[in-house]
Amino acid sequence: MDILKEISENLELGDFEKVSLLTKKAIEEKIPVEKILKFGLIGGMDIVGEKYKTHQIFLPDVLMSARAMHAGMDVLKPFFIREGMPNSGKVILGTIQGDLHDIGKNLVGIMLKGAGFEVIDLGTDVSPEKFIETAKKEAAYIIGMSALLTTTMPMMRKVVELLKKEGLEDKVKTIIGGAPVSKDFAQSIGADAYGYDSTDAVESVRKLFNQA
Amino acid sequence: MRPVLRFLEDELIERIVSEARDVLCKLGVEIHNKDVLSMLGEHGAKVNMDKYHVLFTNEIIDKALKTVPKSFKLYDVLGNQTHDFSGYDVYYTPGSAALNILDYDTNKIRRPETSDYIKFTKVVSGLKNIASQSTALIPADIHEKISDSYRLYLSLLFCEKPVVTGAFTIEAFEIMKELQIAVRGTEKELAQKPLTIFSCCPTSPVKWSDVTSQNLLDCSRFSIPVEFIAMPLSGFMAPVTLVGTLIQHTAETLSGVVISQLTNPGAPVLYGGSPAIFDLRFETTPMGAVETEMIDCAYNEIGKYLGMPTQAYISLSDSKQVDAQAGLESSMGATLAALSGINNIAGPGMLDFESCQSTEKLVLDNEICGMTLRMLKGIVPREDFPTLPRLEELLKEKHLLISEHTRKYLKEEFYFPSSVIDRANRTRWEKEGRVTLIKRAHAEVEKLTRDYAPSRLPEDIKKELTKLMMGEARRYDMKRLPEIEI
Ligand code: B12
Repeated sequence: MDILKEISENLELGDFEKVSLLTKKAIEEKIPVEKILKFGLIGGMDIVGEKYKTHQIFLPDVLMSARAMHAGMDVLKPFFIREGMPNSGKVILGTIQGDLHDIGKNLVGIMLKGAGFEVIDLGTDVSPEKFIETAKKEAAYIIGMSALLTTTMPMMRKVVELLKKEGLEDKVKTIIGGAPVSKDFAQSIGADAYGYDSTDAVESVRKLFNQA
Repeated sequence: MRPVLRFLEDELIERIVSEARDVLCKLGVEIHNKDVLSMLGEHGAKVNMDKYHVLFTNEIIDKALKTVPKSFKLYDVLGNQTHDFSGYDVYYTPGSAALNILDYDTNKIRRPETSDYIKFTKVVSGLKNIASQSTALIPADIHEKISDSYRLYLSLLFCEKPVVTGAFTIEAFEIMKELQIAVRGTEKELAQKPLTIFSCCPTSPVKWSDVTSQNLLDCSRFSIPVEFIAMPLSGFMAPVTLVGTLIQHTAETLSGVVISQLTNPGAPVLYGGSPAIFDLRFETTPMGAVETEMIDCAYNEIGKYLGMPTQAYISLSDSKQVDAQAGLESSMGATLAALSGINNIAGPGMLDFESCQSTEKLVLDNEICGMTLRMLKGIVPREDFPTLPRLEELLKEKHLLISEHTRKYLKEEFYFPSSVIDRANRTRWEKEGRVTLIKRAHAEVEKLTRDYAPSRLPEDIKKELTKLMMGEARRYDMKRLPEIEI
């Protein structure tokens, strides 16, 4: 069988040991690392994401697969460093100031990581300044904000405004989410995207990176 | 006999409590509030200030359990007793702090405004089976910094029933306390006759934020009743097993009991919560899931075992509409809660994972509550021995419609729902326009709003409330409050 397909299938099963072994084998077989990443690991995670969306599998299965993907990534990493890492997108994530709800945000973080993004989680009660400062320091392309209270969601507007003020709106994109937040609200504050659950968040983040 | 439902045997409760004590004493609690930490330290807990961490001891847990009240009462704005939270007595309160309201005309959600809040409050005033009000909506037409206190202000103006509420920030406590003192007269009278219950939430797993632990401390100091709302989510932020979730819930809630009782021994509390299973397909926290409701009933048994009155968010639904799912989930919850004797049952009116209120659902739920309250009165003999004379009367008269026995006990034996519940025969129902449930519910909402009688709270107190609220609004540069007609 095609080894990339084998990687993808074992990733679906969440077998991280096999994925790790097969990734090593693929490298020995001189398959380009980008190809292993794209068709083996990310390809597998895409199938997993789709199956989760249609309830063929549940969240724990996704996380098992994500763990397997990371096992594969660990094998690939040294080669990327040698050959130059493809820009794995960086996302700054946090719950907005005044708000302590973090369950949904954490889940979004887990799924983004699972999909291969690098996530810097600032935790809860994060000030607009802190979001911007970190995005600058980390040269991140995306800021993801969560709010669960009607009283804290207006604070998200400030982050968008600050980005504009600093002339960063083309360099840093914003995505927001949380129960009181909607697509309309995202538009009204000038955020670039909105996600209603973790799968939607991954899709939206991917879209933002693709548009970059 | 009052029917009582139980899920746990005493032996299992003991094991759960003992395990929860271990969690508190060996794993400890993260508390992001130095005042609370040093207070616990003074009582012998092992505090690590830098890490905001504290290891409880069995001594302080025992001390708290010794002083925590077995029961307490609530009083309306006029000072009349409305609640006695003790034993297996149950009271209903609307689900609180919804993000949205389900608009009857459009059947879509939208952000509530002051006028919605007032209408909701008027409806609650007229509902016989809903014993208290709750600050059920967050009006969007005022500054967000006063949105918690403003709800309480409107509630105290428009409805006489006591209020289940809570603060969103540390600062808001002060004005929310002042509003209550304006109603009662003095701090002391407020402590003697509690008017509100504040929700205070630990964060799973076993953690307290600065805001919620400070709210707890402040309420305890003024003997304002508190309900603990721990929300372990089975399978995600708590073990997937119901017993594992119960152990975590017990630890989280007990930690609150300790903070409250060491701050002010005898401060009134409800052993409450809003745990849920986590639906691993939809990433949601279903409040209408049977397992969620089982956890609620079971922690209520643990609370009772530890000697406290209890609370739960249980008679609500995750449906997006006032539909059959809303009815089935809410009535299953209300029935289980009533049978379990959860003292303060929260939820009526609520949809969509505690995020959406509907006045139409509220009047429907009022009927569910009425039916369960009837059920709790049980089956009792009322001049039924001997029945022979009555049957002789029946044989002779051919019916018992005007029998003295019937007239005497009719209203005690039967609960008569409002016209929200359809009991007409089909022909009549068709003749009267085939009115659907949602239309009947809406008609009832409109009727209750029309029939609303203003609160009898004295005018000078109402003025004082407005003065206090205006002062608070000005602090946040709001020059005036939305127009209201009292
Ligand atoms: C769990 C919970 C809590 C827990 C939080 C624990 C924690 N570690 O987060 C506890 C008990 C501590 C808590 C506390 C409080 N809560 Co609370 N809480 C909830 C509850 C029931 C569920 C939230 C949740 O975790 N859902 C599950 C997750 C998976 O879903 P989610 O958060 O929506 O996230 C998903 C999407 O929204 C999206 N998403 C989320 N973030 C992001 C970010 C990005 C970038 C993207 C793309 C997507 C995305 O993807 C996620 C995954 O699917 C909600 C009700 C509700 N329906 O939301 C109330 C709710 C939000 N809380 C409420 C309130 C009032 C409070 C308190 C103020 C209560 C009090 N008086 O103390 C405090 C808040 C203190 C503070 N300053 O923050 C109200 C809000 C009212 C309002 N109008 O604003 C609600 C609606 C409940 C209610 N009716 O009372 N709460």
